Amino acid sequence: MKLELRGITKRFGSLTANDHIDLVIRSGEIHCLLGENGAGKSTLMNVLYGLHQADEGEILLDGVAQRFAGPGDAMNAGIGMVHQHFMLIPVFTVAENMMLGDEPTRGGGVLDLDAARGRVREISERFGFDIDPDAVVGDLPVGVQQRVEIVKALSRDARILVFDEPTAVLTPPEIDELMAVMRRLRERGTAIVFITHKLREVREVADRITVVRLGKVVGEAPPTAGDAELASMMVGRAVELTVQKAPARLGDAALALRDLSVIDARGQYVVSHVDLVVRRGEILAIAGVQGNGQTELTESILGLQPRVEGSITLDGVELVGRTPRQILDAGVGFVPEDRTVDGFVAEFTIAENLMLDRTNGAPFVRAGALQLDAIEMFARAAISEFDIRAQGIDTHVGRLSGGNQQKVVLARELNRELRLFVAAQPTRGVDVGSIEFIHKRIVRTRDAGVPVIVVSTELDEVVALADRIAVMYRGGIVGVVPGDTPRDVLGAMMAGVTPQAVAT
Amino acid sequence: MSGVSDTATKTVGARKAVSRDRKAPIVLDTFAVIALVLGFAVPRTGTSTFGLATRGDLVALPPLAVPTGGTVTALALVLAGLAVAAHVYVLFGAARRVPIWLIAGFAVVFLVAFLTWASAGRTVPVPGLLIGSLALGTPLIFGALGGVIGERAGVVNVAIEGQLLLGAFSAAVVGSVTRQPVLGLVAAMAAGILVALVLAVFAIRYIVDQVIVGVVLNVLVIGLTGFLYAKVLKSDVELFNAPDRFPVLPIPGLSAIPIIGPVVFRQTIIVYLMYIAVFAVWFGLFKTRWGLRVRAVGEYPAAADTVGIDVNRTRFRNVALAGAVAGVGGAYFTLDSVGAFNKEMTNGMGFIALAAVIFGRWHPIRAAFAALLFGFATNLQSMLGIIGSPVPSEFMLMLPYAVTVFAVAGLAGRSRAPAAAGKPYLKS
Repeated sequence: MKLELRGITKRFGSLTANDHIDLVIRSGEIHCLLGENGAGKSTLMNVLYGLHQADEGEILLDGVAQRFAGPGDAMNAGIGMVHQHFMLIPVFTVAENMMLGDEPTRGGGVLDLDAARGRVREISERFGFDIDPDAVVGDLPVGVQQRVEIVKALSRDARILVFDEPTAVLTPPEIDELMAVMRRLRERGTAIVFITHKLREVREVADRITVVRLGKVVGEAPPTAGDAELASMMVGRAVELTVQKAPARLGDAALALRDLSVIDARGQYVVSHVDLVVRRGEILAIAGVQGNGQTELTESILGLQPRVEGSITLDGVELVGRTPRQILDAGVGFVPEDRTVDGFVAEFTIAENLMLDRTNGAPFVRAGALQLDAIEMFARAAISEFDIRAQGIDTHVGRLSGGNQQKVVLARELNRELRLFVAAQPTRGVDVGSIEFIHKRIVRTRDAGVPVIVVSTELDEVVALADRIAVMYRGGIVGVVPGDTPRDVLGAMMAGVTPQAVAT
Repeated sequence: MSGVSDTATKTVGARKAVSRDRKAPIVLDTFAVIALVLGFAVPRTGTSTFGLATRGDLVALPPLAVPTGGTVTALALVLAGLAVAAHVYVLFGAARRVPIWLIAGFAVVFLVAFLTWASAGRTVPVPGLLIGSLALGTPLIFGALGGVIGERAGVVNVAIEGQLLLGAFSAAVVGSVTRQPVLGLVAAMAAGILVALVLAVFAIRYIVDQVIVGVVLNVLVIGLTGFLYAKVLKSDVELFNAPDRFPVLPIPGLSAIPIIGPVVFRQTIIVYLMYIAVFAVWFGLFKTRWGLRVRAVGEYPAAADTVGIDVNRTRFRNVALAGAVAGVGGAYFTLDSVGAFNKEMTNGMGFIALAAVIFGRWHPIRAAFAALLFGFATNLQSMLGIIGSPVPSEFMLMLPYAVTVFAVAGLAGRSRAPAAAGKPYLKS
C-alpha cells in the first residue's frame, strides 16, 4: 500500500495554499506533517480526502491515479480521516454516527441498528477500546469521542488514516493514549498521517517527518532531529524556544477572586467556588483542557457573564456587577480567546481597531467627531512598537495573519494604564515568530508591575510564562502550584488529580 | 483513563446541576388561582351536563350531569393541591422538575373545571367538541409535519402557510374541474411542492435568508390566490370552485365505540391519511436510512458531507417532500371541511403549525399532539360562543393564540432545534 501525492497545488483566489506538494505515505509507518498554523497542512489533507479539488497535481494509490469527487470516493479508496473538529453528530449515538453514510439496512431502508452495534463492538474489541454503541456522542468525554471518530474511519476499512491536529483537545494522559493507539494501528499495517505543529508529539511517534511552510514542502527530517532544527525549518529562521525572564519581583495582592461561581444559561455551574489571588508583578497561568471553565472565568472578570456569584476585587474595588465599560476603565486589559469573534472588527482598519475601546472622549473623539490625526499618529506608533506587519494603518484587520491580528489586539490593550492584564490563549493560531514577540511583551508587562493572568491550554506556553500555575478542571481549581512544576504533575492535574494525590 | 477520571470526580467534583426551574409551578399557580376565583369569587349555580353519545354508537352513554357550584369548587381545590405538589417537586424532588404527568393532569382537571363552570345550566356535547378539534387540527398536523421534515433537514419551512393556501386553492380548482377529489389531492401536493421548491432554490441555491424567503412566499401566495379567486373562481363557481368532497368512511366496528368511534373512526380519507403520515414520518425519521441522513444534514451538515452525503441535494429533496405533506393539509380545507376555496382561508394556520413544530420539539408525534391542542383551543372558543359562555367572545377569540404563545414560550421547556436549522451549508 503506497499513497503518493504528486505536485498538488490548491489556490483560494490569490492565495496559494498548496504549492506543488509531493508526499509519499506507506503502510506501517507514521508520517508526520509538521507546519505552523496556516502552512497548508489541512488544505492538503482536505484535497486528499476529496473535500477540496486540487487545481493541479495527482493522487496515486499503489501507482494508480485516483479521482476523488467527494469524501465518499476517498473513503471507498481506503482513506479515513480523524478531523480536528470531530465530524460526529452530538445527538446521535455512537452506532448511528458510525453507520451514517453507509448504513446497514433490513431492506426497505429500515436501519439495522443491531448490525451497527455489533460492528462498533467488534472494532472496539480489536483495538482495545471500551465504547458503548448506544452512548450519545455529545455526552462522551472528548477523548472517547475521538476514538469514535477512529472507529468510524476503521469501520470503512480505512488503510490510510489522517489525524488532523488530534491532540489539541486532549489532556496529556489522553495524548499518551492516542499515541499508543497510533502505534497499535501502525503495527496492524495502517498508514498514518499525523498533522501537528507540536514538536514534542512529533518526536514521540513519527517514523518520518515532512515539514511544510507557506504551502510548500521545505524538507524532510528524521525523528531524531532536534527541536531547534525542526522549529527553524517550520519558521524559516532560527527561533528562541524559551522565554527569557528574570525572577518575579512580587508586589501586593491586586486581584482577588473569592468563592467565585459562574452559572451558564442551562443553570449549570461552569465555574464553581474559585478562590484565587494574583499579585502585582507576577504571571499567574491558568492551565487546563479547553472547556473546563477558563473562558467563563476570564469573562466573569471582564463583566461579560450574566450570572456570577461571589466576589472579584481589583485593588480593593468590587468588579462583580459592573459593566465591561466600567471594568475597562478600572484598568483591566483583556485579550479574548477567540480574537476573530471578540478581539476586533475584521472589516475595520488597524487604526480603527486600535481605538475601538476609547470612543468616549479625548484624545480620539471630541464633540462626537473622530480626531483622525490623533488616531493616525497613535496607530503609526503602535504598528512600529508592536512590529505589526501590514501595508499600512488602513489595512483591514481581517486581512492580516493571525499573529499580526493578535499584535493589534495586544497593542490596543497594552497602550493604556493597566492595573490588571488578562490574556486568554494569547498565541492560539499565531506563528512561531509572533509567539516569541507576544511572550516577551507579556513578560514586560509583568515586569512593569502589572498583575497578569494568562489562560492557555498549551502546556508549553504555561510552563514558559508562569510564575505560578492554577490548573482548572470542571469549573474548579485543582490546585495552584509553582511555575517550575514538572509537566507530568501538571498533566495529571489537568485530568483532575490534586497535587497531593500526584505526589504520593 | 478511567482511573484518572475516577479520582477526578472525587477530588474536584463534577459540575453541579442545581438550578431550579420555577417557571412551570408559577404557571400552575396562576391557573389554580383562576380556578379558585371561578369557584369562590364568581360562582355559578345550576347543573352542567356533558353529552357523551352520538348516533350510531354501539352503546348510547347517558349524559353526565353534575352540580356546577360544588364540582367547580372541588376541582379548584384539587388544582391548588396539584400546584403545591409542583412546588414540592421543584424544591425537593430528585430531578427538581415538575413531572410531565402532573402538568398533563393539571391541564385536564383545569379544563373540566372551566367547562363545568362555563356550561352551567347547559349541555356540552363532548364528542362534538372533540370531532371539531380534530377537524381544525388535521390541516395543522399536516402543516406541522411539513415543518418537522423541513427543519430536521436544516431548512426552516416558514412557507407552510403558503403551501397550505396554494394546496387548498389547487385542490379546489382541479377537484372541481375534473370532478375527481383524488386528482384535487394530487394537485394540492404538487402545489405544496411548487412553493417548497421556490423556497429551496432561494434558501439552498442562492443562500437567501430562509425566514425572509418563507414570509415573502406566504405573501405572494396570498396575493396570487386572492387575485385568481376574484378574477377566475368567482366568474364560474360551478366550474372552478365546487369540488366534490371526500365522503366520510366509517370504519366498521371501531366507529361504533362510544366517544372514540365518532371522533377517530368516522372520518374521510384525508384524516386517515393524516394518521398514516404522522406514523410514517416518525418511523421514517427515527428508524430508516432516510431519516438518519435527514437528521444528520440538519444537525451537522459538515459531518454528513465527510461521510459522502450530498447535503444540499438531501435538503432540496426533503424540503420538496415537506411541501407535498403541507399541501395535503391545504386540500383538507377544500376537499373535506369547507368544500370550496375562500380568499385567505388558511387564516394564519401555517404559523400556528410552525408553533406546533416548536411546541412538539421537532418530533412528529409530539408536534401532531401540539397541533391537536391548538385545534382544540380554537374549537373550544367557538363552542363556548355557541352555548353562551359568560366570558366575552372577544376574549375567547384570543384563546387559540394565547395557548400558542404560552405553549411555545412557557411549557415547551428546554426545546432544542436541530442545530443547523436555518443555516445554509457552504463548503469552506
